[in-house]
Amino acid sequence: MILDEMANRCGEWLKGCGPESDIVMSSRIRLARNLADYPFIRRCTDIDRANIESTVRERLTNKAELKDLTFIDVADLQTLDRQFLVERQLISREHANSDGARAVAIDQQERLSLMVNEEDHLRIQVMKSGLDLVGAWGQINDLDDRIESQLTYAFHPKLGYLTACPTNVGTGMRVSVLVHLPALVITQQIEKVFRSLQKINLVVRGLYGEGTQAMGDFYQVSNQITLGKSENDLIDQVGDVIPVVIDYERKARDFLINEKQNDLFEQVSRAYGTLQNAQQISSEETMFLLSRVRMGINLGLIGDLEIPEVNQLFIRTQPAHLQKLRDSELDTDERNVERANYLHSQLKLDGGAEASNN
Amino acid sequence: MSAQDCGRLNKNMKCQKCQKQATFHITDLTGDDLLALHLCPECAKSYLETGDSSEDAPVISDVMSKQLKPLEQTADDLRELDAKECPICGISFYEFRQGGRLGCPHDYVFFGEDLEPLLINVHGDNQHVGKQPKRGITDTESQTELIRLRRQMKEVVEQEDYEKASQIRDQIRQIEGEGPAGE
Repeated sequence: MILDEMANRCGEWLKGCGPESDIVMSSRIRLARNLADYPFIRRCTDIDRANIESTVRERLTNKAELKDLTFIDVADLQTLDRQFLVERQLISREHANSDGARAVAIDQQERLSLMVNEEDHLRIQVMKSGLDLVGAWGQINDLDDRIESQLTYAFHPKLGYLTACPTNVGTGMRVSVLVHLPALVITQQIEKVFRSLQKINLVVRGLYGEGTQAMGDFYQVSNQITLGKSENDLIDQVGDVIPVVIDYERKARDFLINEKQNDLFEQVSRAYGTLQNAQQISSEETMFLLSRVRMGINLGLIGDLEIPEVNQLFIRTQPAHLQKLRDSELDTDERNVERANYLHSQLKLDGGAEASNN
Repeated sequence: MSAQDCGRLNKNMKCQKCQKQATFHITDLTGDDLLALHLCPECAKSYLETGDSSEDAPVISDVMSKQLKPLEQTADDLRELDAKECPICGISFYEFRQGGRLGCPHDYVFFGEDLEPLLINVHGDNQHVGKQPKRGITDTESQTELIRLRRQMKEVVEQEDYEKASQIRDQIRQIEGEGPAGE
């Protein structure tokens, strides 16, 4: 099955390449779209939902240039598989947990994802590794055009693309950049950064959307407004501020290297050591320690591990991935043991450089 | 988790979830991570009670839909507005305020004036300036008609009025047949 193959592959946003990829994990744009001839989801009957799903599937898969998309029937999936797709950022938690006919279409590289019957009929998403919003917009704009040639969107001349929630109306666009900011967290400056971002109408969230803890020091920065600004303006609004955030993080890292060198080396080296040797470890602690290790690699304190490997570990130590890779259902305690085993096997002590190049 | 009410200190700070003044400054400590939140009393209450919620700012919409309440309206005005129902999808304004989600594309037309202050509040604007569908703005009236007919169809089927149902089905087929999506 396709999901089992995916477990051993690496999605686009984890590749650890692209501009500024030491701090920027990924760039993501999503568009909310609705079909003009159906009510919004909350007023859809079961038949409406099923019709929307089948119409989208038929129209898009018949089209040669959209043939590379694979449709997955989300309603038909096991809970574990849905969770797996959430962890890969291909569907939202709401999409995983809701009821009724719904689907997701993804491409082989996991750059595109198209949720059908989420909060809106269509949620189109493009992900890129590193900081590349312009590239992401180019791809999603093109995909949106191709979909629009097959389906009639709900559009209003004054209000733009009509969405179930008025917070998304207009462009229907959410631009998000996922940044890794461990040094700003350690130096307790993260709050200050948040405040300045909020002042310019940007939203900061944890790794898996609003309400999730900022796990592993990952933060998503995205636009709040969708109406009254063009797509390019919204991209600039987020895109212009990210280099400033990157600069703050680099300065905080410099500070730690120059002023708190011993503490920093100690933290990184203990984090690496714990991940290599733990007998059982929770998801939260793993994220926390991997974050330290990831920063350690970027600062040249760890020489025998690469960024893409660490990025993979962030995902593969998540509950559903762990169970997919192990090919069995595990309870929390069993997962904590399995997670430690997995980390041990991936981070073998082979006499390589530990976090002590000083 | 610790929450502090220190409204006197930060008069100018806005709530992260709505645009009201933030008087709660919450530091959420889980493990060694630190999450700082600045919220108005209402959002703070919802955050502390539920641990916040899901993806695309539903909290914003919830708060926002509740915000409609004090729009310089008398209780009678509000009761009248709440009772207003979209003729296409049947959603009432009250239902929208409760759930924060609209029922169909036509709601933006039908509740147009009622939604206006809310759009201004959230976006600071009420005019789209971005992308437009390539093939222009198609005949939304017949699309909207389809929504209404399908709903009517469901109702008559429930009433076992199959003669009426077959008439409606023909109407639906006709519109679908000539619609732009049927190419």
